[in-house]
Amino acid sequence: MPPAPNLWAGEEGKAEAAQALIRGRRVRRNASFRDPLGAVLPGLGDERSRGGMEAGFLCPDVRRGPSGAACRGDSGGQLTRIQMALLHRRLGFSLTHLSNTVIQRHLSVSGACRAIQKLTRVRVVDNSALGNAPYHRPPKCIHVYNKTGVGKVGDKILLAIKGEKKKALIVGHKMPGPHMTPRFDSNNVVLIEDNGNPLGTRIKTPIPYILRRREGEFSKVLAIARNFV
Amino acid sequence: MAAACGRAVLRGARFGRWFSSSACRMGSDGEPTKFQPPPKPVIIDKQRQREERRFLSPEFIPPRGRTDPLKFYIERKDMIQRRKVFNIPEFYVGSILAVTTADPYADGKTNRFVGICIQRGGRGLGATFVLRNVIEDQGVEICYELYSPRIQEITVLKLEKRLDDNLMYLRDALPEYSTFDMNMKPVSHLDHEEIPVNKLQVRMKPKPWSKRWERPKYNIKGIKFELPEEKMKEAQKWKKPWLEFDMLREYDTSKIEEKIWREVSEELKK
Repeated sequence: MPPAPNLWAGEEGKAEAAQALIRGRRVRRNASFRDPLGAVLPGLGDERSRGGMEAGFLCPDVRRGPSGAACRGDSGGQLTRIQMALLHRRLGFSLTHLSNTVIQRHLSVSGACRAIQKLTRVRVVDNSALGNAPYHRPPKCIHVYNKTGVGKVGDKILLAIKGEKKKALIVGHKMPGPHMTPRFDSNNVVLIEDNGNPLGTRIKTPIPYILRRREGEFSKVLAIARNFV
Repeated sequence: MAAACGRAVLRGARFGRWFSSSACRMGSDGEPTKFQPPPKPVIIDKQRQREERRFLSPEFIPPRGRTDPLKFYIERKDMIQRRKVFNIPEFYVGSILAVTTADPYADGKTNRFVGICIQRGGRGLGATFVLRNVIEDQGVEICYELYSPRIQEITVLKLEKRLDDNLMYLRDALPEYSTFDMNMKPVSHLDHEEIPVNKLQVRMKPKPWSKRWERPKYNIKGIKFELPEEKMKEAQKWKKPWLEFDMLREYDTSKIEEKIWREVSEELKK
């Protein structure tokens, strides 16, 4: 157990305590930060998907280009102000005086779920024009129509694509679900209208059979699906 | 009599040249001697002479701990009961399997999936294995429970081992290494042969990977690392050479395995 931070210590004492706390945190298995900004953020996705369509906006995907540029503006190893503010809230004491120190350790915080939530980059798998048109930003989830903000297979979400809002249906995510259900290597989504009609006409990627449970709601989406898993 | 003699002679000829002896021999008093049946031939089965290969499924081995062995014994009884009804074949991480499960939402109520086994986890009745395949450029993994009543059939299409016990790095490898045809034909494997070890070294996609597979903690031998030397040296910084000498982590399962294997094979023969 890392030593509790001595909040009554002087300036240096606080800095030391802060460092010790950060270093003492148990590194979880799914730490995968390549983030030069030393990501310490909870709940913003620590997984990088192959399709580059994942994780929170503050974990930049190096291949993404312009969308990551804003975050990569800082030199490696330093924390941005937003991260600092969040850190302040989370750890309970200010670390602004650490801004000049380069924090080398990559650590993970308690797992962001690899299911779909706000600001998750998703992959549109149908052949609709909106889904396949090139744009300088990947489609992102901005709302999940769910009591919890976490979307699983069969949940409807609101997507921001090409500067417009569009509803979509989740057909697969990277998070392992119940046993015997498939887990996909990317977060897949099918664009949908408000009344449930899909925008595209074909879905080549495999769709889990579990969607058939709600045949009534998703009958049209299931009708255009080619492969099932 | 002559015919019977002839037949005995022919039979004798197959097993050696003893036919001139008992079958046609006439006793010294001229009366035919009692028919002596030929000695039973000793068939030297070279296959069984090779050490009988014992395979104990890893989920039978109890984890190290302070749990009462009675709990594992009861669980093993249930596992054996299930195995009597449903055949769970021998397979390893790296073998290609085809699994059919009962699915109320699938066509024909059954769902067939083919994939390479990348991980075998869990102990006892909750033992699982994860199959991976790439369908239409989309990687799919399904975690099946070995003893689930929903599983209707498990077929081993290709029985082989790989250099590692855990092939999770296939997620970060090029998709060609995880693609298998859904209608693949089973590759025959003879019983007495050793399990072939596929010494394939897999090529990876460019970094970042989901885990830092080059680190000594994962001890992966099946990846062809094309990283620069400095990165490989830097990864060695996380080496923990004291771990192999840690006595508290020792868990010698040879005796336990022996006992359990005998128990399981006896029960299954009944």
